Amino acid sequence: MSIVSEARNAGERRHFSAVRRAFVRPGLGRWFLNGFAGLVLVFLLLPTLIVIPMSLGDASYIQFPPKGLTLKWYQLYFSDHDWMAATWFSVKIALATTIAATVIGTLASFALVRGNLPGARALQALTLAPLVVPHIVLAVALYLVFAPIGLTGNFVGFAIAHTMLSVPYVMLTVSAALQRFDPALELAALNCGASRAQAFWHVVLPDIAPGVAAGAVFAFLASFDEATVAFFVSGIEGKTITRKLFEDIDYNLTPVIAAVSTVMVVVSLVLMGGVEWLRSRGSNRKL
Amino acid sequence: MADTTAAGDRSLAGQLSRRASLALALPLVLLLGLAFLVPVAKLLAGSVFAPHPTAEHWWRIVQEPIFLRILMRTVQTAAIVTVLAFLLGYPVALVMSRQGGRSAVLVAACVLIPLWTSVLVRSYAWIVLLQRTGVVNSMLLKWGLIDQPLRLIYTEGAVIVAMTHVLLPYMILPIFSSLRSIPPELDRAARNLGAGAWTSFIAVTLPLSLPGVYAGAIMVFILSLGFYVTPALVGGPQNLTLATLIGQQTTDLLNWPFSGALAGLLLVVTLGLVAVFRRVLSFGKSM
Repeated sequence: MSIVSEARNAGERRHFSAVRRAFVRPGLGRWFLNGFAGLVLVFLLLPTLIVIPMSLGDASYIQFPPKGLTLKWYQLYFSDHDWMAATWFSVKIALATTIAATVIGTLASFALVRGNLPGARALQALTLAPLVVPHIVLAVALYLVFAPIGLTGNFVGFAIAHTMLSVPYVMLTVSAALQRFDPALELAALNCGASRAQAFWHVVLPDIAPGVAAGAVFAFLASFDEATVAFFVSGIEGKTITRKLFEDIDYNLTPVIAAVSTVMVVVSLVLMGGVEWLRSRGSNRKL
Repeated sequence: MADTTAAGDRSLAGQLSRRASLALALPLVLLLGLAFLVPVAKLLAGSVFAPHPTAEHWWRIVQEPIFLRILMRTVQTAAIVTVLAFLLGYPVALVMSRQGGRSAVLVAACVLIPLWTSVLVRSYAWIVLLQRTGVVNSMLLKWGLIDQPLRLIYTEGAVIVAMTHVLLPYMILPIFSSLRSIPPELDRAARNLGAGAWTSFIAVTLPLSLPGVYAGAIMVFILSLGFYVTPALVGGPQNLTLATLIGQQTTDLLNWPFSGALAGLLLVVTLGLVAVFRRVLSFGKSM
């Protein structure tokens, strides 16, 4: 057999196997890949959503599959004084955090993106620090400082702690929005006689509003869902919904916890769904 | 966040004066100073000045075998969680990056919904699944695979599974975004040159997606090192990690100098990893 024909045969073989690969093996491989990814997605989603059927079951302990259909655990939650106090405490803290973090974060983003700030890089690094420093470290440190001055279990103490934890989310979204904003528009407003504050309020802010709104939602959820700092900084009187949930999971595992968890899941999903909707609207507008 | 426009553009941008920038950034500086730097500094200072300078509390961490063991276990758990998250997360990111239209939205929702749900709720869900009368034991009993309920909850394995579940989105999203940035022509070119799907993946797609893999792995590793909520709820008293040990030293034993030393160690390791890998990291739930 000559070298030429061997090469041709090899070429044919290669051609054949390339065809085979293109039509047979990738098909099988893709099935396998998709199947595996599907299983992982089930692993991700099921434990998140399992609290919903659990909150509707009739038995007074966790039972699977749940038997009977009842809303009594929700009724118990909404009529329980301690749960309601913890819930409103958390809502109040989260609202205060949202306002404080959004205002402080937006102003500082403007200074960092547009400003002339000594030590801007250090400030940026410091801003992101609460995202990477383990919350247990912050929780213990805040407890150490707050306890002697009566800020534990206290609305003001929580508002300060949670604003510090949430401000990075506002800074990230607002800075990104500011960088996309065309500074010439602001300059045009200034040239037309607007003051800086007027230009910011009437020209810059409407344009970056989706970014500010997204940051505000992140701040609200970062506070409302926060558990580690809340666990340490709560007092016997002033405790957040997450601290109460933490305690009850540890000592008193009733289906009321599943009902409260479902409420928290719904709050998170509605708010984050709203952010995604804002974003998809934003990107459509640009197209 | 840094604005790197040329000097000419800067004047066009109507840059803020230094005084105005400082005024806008001042609330943020005060907040981070008072609620972040001061408490953390005070906690760390307490570990070396008690009240005289001493290294006793730091020595204790490495001298007493039980603390060294907890330290090793924490690192080991974080490493296992990181590897599992990579093995489970990469295929999902791959499938996600190749989808379009409605199925892409569906896959993204499966990844984002758990990310937006409170860590507390997801840890509780694992208790529901793994406890004696939980979902997993009920199913296994019903199918006749076991006679006695297995002891699943409050074990090392439960901590690993629950933490992998909680942190998986932090692995998937960076890998997804680096896979998305690879032009599809590269894979097609490799195929045209005779590479099979697998060869093309190993030689082209995988190496190009490594920045995302590093970012995800570092993020998951850092977050699992300092994780408090999930080990505290799902792990047993014999499964202490560094974070739950800090909590225990603070709340049960009121040993401030020692918990300051432990927190300092956690902080140094975390910030060290961030400093070394800061190029590849991206932050926030909004990735």
